[in-house]
Amino acid sequence: MQRAIALYDTSVGKKAVMAVSGAVMFGFVVGHLLGNLQVYLGPAALNGYAEHLQALKPLLWLVRFTLLAAIVLHLLSAHQLWVRGWFARGRRRYRVERSAATTYAGRTMWMSGPLILLFLLYHLAHFTFPGLAMSVGYAHSIGDVYANVVNGFSVWWVAVLYLAAQACLGLHLYHGGASMLQTLGLDHPRFGGVAQGIAKPLAIMIWLGNSSIPVAVLAGLAR
Amino acid sequence: MTLDAKVPSGPIETRWQRRRFEMKLVNPANRRNLTVIVVGTGLAGGAGAASLGELGYRVKSFCFQDSARRAHSIAAQGGINAAKNYQNDGDSVFRLFYDTVKGGDFRARESNVHRLAEISANIIDQCVAQGVPFAREYGGLLANRSFGGAQVSRTFYARGQTGQQLLLGAYQALERQIDAGSVTMYPRHEMLDLIVVDGAARGIVTRDLVTGKIEPHLAHAVVLATGGYGNAFYLSTNAKGCNTTAIWRAFRKGAFFANPCFTQIHPTCIPVSGAHQSKLTLMSESLRNDGRVWVPKRALDAGKAPEKIPEPERDYYLERLYPTFGNLVPRDIASRRAKDVCDQGFGVGAEVSGVRRGVYLDFRDAIARLGEAVVRERYGNLFEMYERITGEDPYRVPMRIYPAIHYTMGGLWVDYHLMSTIPGLFVAGEANFSDHGANRLGASALMQGLGDGYFVLPYTVSHYLGDERPVVLSEDHPEVKESVKAVKRRLKRLLSIGGRRTPDSFHRELGRLLWDHSGMARNAAGLERAIVKVPELRAEFYEDLRVPGSGSDLNQSLERAGRVADFLELGELVCRDALARDESCGCHFREEHQTADGEAARDDARFSHVAAWEFAGDGAVPRRHREELTFEFVKPTQRSYK
Amino acid sequence: MTRSMRLVLDVWRQKGPKDPGGFVRYEAPDISPDMSFLEMLDVVNEGLTERGEEPIAFDHDCREGICGSCGVVIDGRPHGPLTATTTCQLHMRHFQDGDHVTIEPWRARAFPVIKDLVVDRSALDRIIRAGGYISIRTGSAPEANDVPVPKPDAEVAMDAAACIGCGACVAACPNASASLFLAAKLGHLHLLPQGLPEKDDRVRTMVSAMDAQGFGHCTNHRECEAVCPKGIGVAFIARMNRDFLIASVASRHEVMAHRRR
Repeated sequence: MQRAIALYDTSVGKKAVMAVSGAVMFGFVVGHLLGNLQVYLGPAALNGYAEHLQALKPLLWLVRFTLLAAIVLHLLSAHQLWVRGWFARGRRRYRVERSAATTYAGRTMWMSGPLILLFLLYHLAHFTFPGLAMSVGYAHSIGDVYANVVNGFSVWWVAVLYLAAQACLGLHLYHGGASMLQTLGLDHPRFGGVAQGIAKPLAIMIWLGNSSIPVAVLAGLAR
Repeated sequence: MTLDAKVPSGPIETRWQRRRFEMKLVNPANRRNLTVIVVGTGLAGGAGAASLGELGYRVKSFCFQDSARRAHSIAAQGGINAAKNYQNDGDSVFRLFYDTVKGGDFRARESNVHRLAEISANIIDQCVAQGVPFAREYGGLLANRSFGGAQVSRTFYARGQTGQQLLLGAYQALERQIDAGSVTMYPRHEMLDLIVVDGAARGIVTRDLVTGKIEPHLAHAVVLATGGYGNAFYLSTNAKGCNTTAIWRAFRKGAFFANPCFTQIHPTCIPVSGAHQSKLTLMSESLRNDGRVWVPKRALDAGKAPEKIPEPERDYYLERLYPTFGNLVPRDIASRRAKDVCDQGFGVGAEVSGVRRGVYLDFRDAIARLGEAVVRERYGNLFEMYERITGEDPYRVPMRIYPAIHYTMGGLWVDYHLMSTIPGLFVAGEANFSDHGANRLGASALMQGLGDGYFVLPYTVSHYLGDERPVVLSEDHPEVKESVKAVKRRLKRLLSIGGRRTPDSFHRELGRLLWDHSGMARNAAGLERAIVKVPELRAEFYEDLRVPGSGSDLNQSLERAGRVADFLELGELVCRDALARDESCGCHFREEHQTADGEAARDDARFSHVAAWEFAGDGAVPRRHREELTFEFVKPTQRSYK
Repeated sequence: MTRSMRLVLDVWRQKGPKDPGGFVRYEAPDISPDMSFLEMLDVVNEGLTERGEEPIAFDHDCREGICGSCGVVIDGRPHGPLTATTTCQLHMRHFQDGDHVTIEPWRARAFPVIKDLVVDRSALDRIIRAGGYISIRTGSAPEANDVPVPKPDAEVAMDAAACIGCGACVAACPNASASLFLAAKLGHLHLLPQGLPEKDDRVRTMVSAMDAQGFGHCTNHRECEAVCPKGIGVAFIARMNRDFLIASVASRHEVMAHRRR
């Protein structure tokens, strides 16, 4: 325990906590996407999958608890590091600010993170509180996940909101995924930069996959 | 005054060993009551301060730079010699000793040089253990190359950054001692005077370059490792901050200055591009291993693009004149021949004040023979540096090089213990005169700096302190107060002249005078003229200098002015020494003394000695003393590299 | 004949650590493209001195790109627009006649300004002091060839050891982190067998020292790598992170008492 505290006390330790909690959430996002993509297999498949998940109650709670812990740790370490970096930079800033290497995704992590958090709260509410921002004539059905999805995304501004959120998430993962590997020291030239080479395309695939669902609903491909 | 070098007698191989045994030791418990000041954090100073700190002395280390890691040793590129004979090519301690004495044109002390050759092997061991990333062979063992006129491969190197890596090793050892509390570091502090009490060195006066505070620091022994004075010439390969102030102030307090005219010219520097030039950049001499030096055979081709000059029209003059050594002749010879061909109008490159001062160093044949990849591996960083400065790509266009002031073999006179004529004042590295005679061989400076610091000073300073009773000096001592006052007076004077000219403008003018009259070739008439002109310039300096700002904060003009003031005094001594040494030897080429084919003609009968100058007061001609040199093991011969 | 250029400079001037400071505009007429950036500043300074004004203070020494003394932020980029180049090696041929150039000091809380463009970088020395060395006493070294070092390891160690400690990495980092500086030293020492006995302690004490000196953390923007005059890569930071985490989690012992501060 003493070691854990000593580790967290350092900047590299805090970054590691951020990376590991990020990795947990990254993993969840991948799983969540794979589950959701079953929407393309039709109502039976998706609803069956949802039922199957519900049946694994204890495990589901474990996952939920882990995710909650990851979110808390991610936020805490992010906040502490941000304060630290802000302080280290000093009061006087450069008159000419010019970056030589960083990406748009990297520069906007401080923004994409909080936006994703807000979206997450909305997302939980959206499919949990019956009737919130759903299409006319919608009747909430706990068992019919497929219908909920189609109804939800039939409202154009909801779909747009989701698409925007997916862009944020994609950007966050684009920098975060590769950054996480670097922070944990897994991106080593010995692996030929493979880690970096996987993390960034994966973030793009997640963005495309997630975004495809509202688009598909709007386009009438899923009804 | 007789100069006693305290050289041991007997077989040369056992001299150092026997002397070490004879030397006094200091009880470990007493060491922490003894303070040693080390000025300078280059190879000699850094290594010395770290090693003395390890022994338990209370060490105070000073440098004018912002960190101990910046000393100019860092810029040495080529390598460091050691008699390891890893190549099985016939090297030995005796051969390194022999080569160094001969390379120095028989103007160095045999015992010192032999000691240096002996400890050369320990230096490599020490540095490898510190983590210096020397070049390796595929088997994982250390690689060597031949360097600067040696016919054996005894040079260890870390790409083109050997000095940097060795210095970082010493710097890290120093930081370790600072952490341990045995060394106190004073960066951004400049030594402005030596405190001498009852004839012995007892401390220094420094200026904190950030706050302007003038302060005495007292000690039981003082080590000066403050480098050479090549910047007297303004344009040199030295760093802009390199200066003579520390050793010059010690000279004025009674330390003898030996062989000031022995100033080495390095043959492979990037030529001057214009009047704005602030320094010259050296490129490692290792380039001469594969590059071929040439100029056009006809003076009218000098302005032509080099690729337009066909093979038969090229004069590979070093290969022509020196068939055995070719492009690898020692530095002084390579430099002088380059000057000759340019003076005769065969020089290439930009015309600066009417003359093209440059010769080609061509890698075309090496690239054809070895392939561009091998050349890139060997010299890639040097080529990049050249391209950055000149805007030309040396893989396509031959480099242009010209000699520049690089190293000063002269320095404060020291005995075998590296102690100057002031008891308790030790001088190490380039700041002393000891090991290189009239010409330093490539890759020997790093060896000497580290040798002095790691393996000589710890013994000899201890020996001196073994005699020294730990008395606490008081800052109220009249000598201490007087030194502090004198420093303040001098700074006030520099600040209050209120003239029109900048310190740099005087420095440039001094440099021009020294280069013209006391540079690569010297003659009596020119030197006599310089001995008149330098004091005139000095007088003008004190009338027309302008130093803006105050002495109570960071004032780089004031720092520069103080250094230029000392160069203006030293410059005269360089010329006086060059005039008095009425012979040619090594780097010191008197046009009156040359062989039929233009080589330096030594006069062993009259000048087989070290000239050691004693300060005789402002305005008075310094007194010249001599330490006779005897050669028991290497018989002086005419150097021949034909 | 070479063309001559005229530049307009906005230079940060600050009398001392307490002075608020501000930008002052200078003309730099008659600049030759063969001059280095510092030689251009020399010319401006000679003019200022002749007029009795204090010249612009800036750190510099070797002027051949190896001592690490020099370094200013030129138009928002530490060491200026050229990659792998120190300020002293940046030549004016990379600028155009009439250019307007803004020159600022390194900015970071750990690097307080001393005067004008001169900053205090002693925090970097204090990081090295915390373990950036191999504890070997003078005279106690074994024969140099007793321990072979694989050539590829020695080469990578040398890549890292090339760091000149100029601080550009800190100046460029959005968080003023010294990670690249620190990682370069650790990479150098840990790729060589001589550095391994102290590895776990070293990485832990040096990371703590970096934090204690007020540097920030690494957010993997790779700005440091882009401005490093010696082209040292962020792969060394990954290596440092890995070594640090392993040492923190799995080291057989706590940090040696003499190393703890």
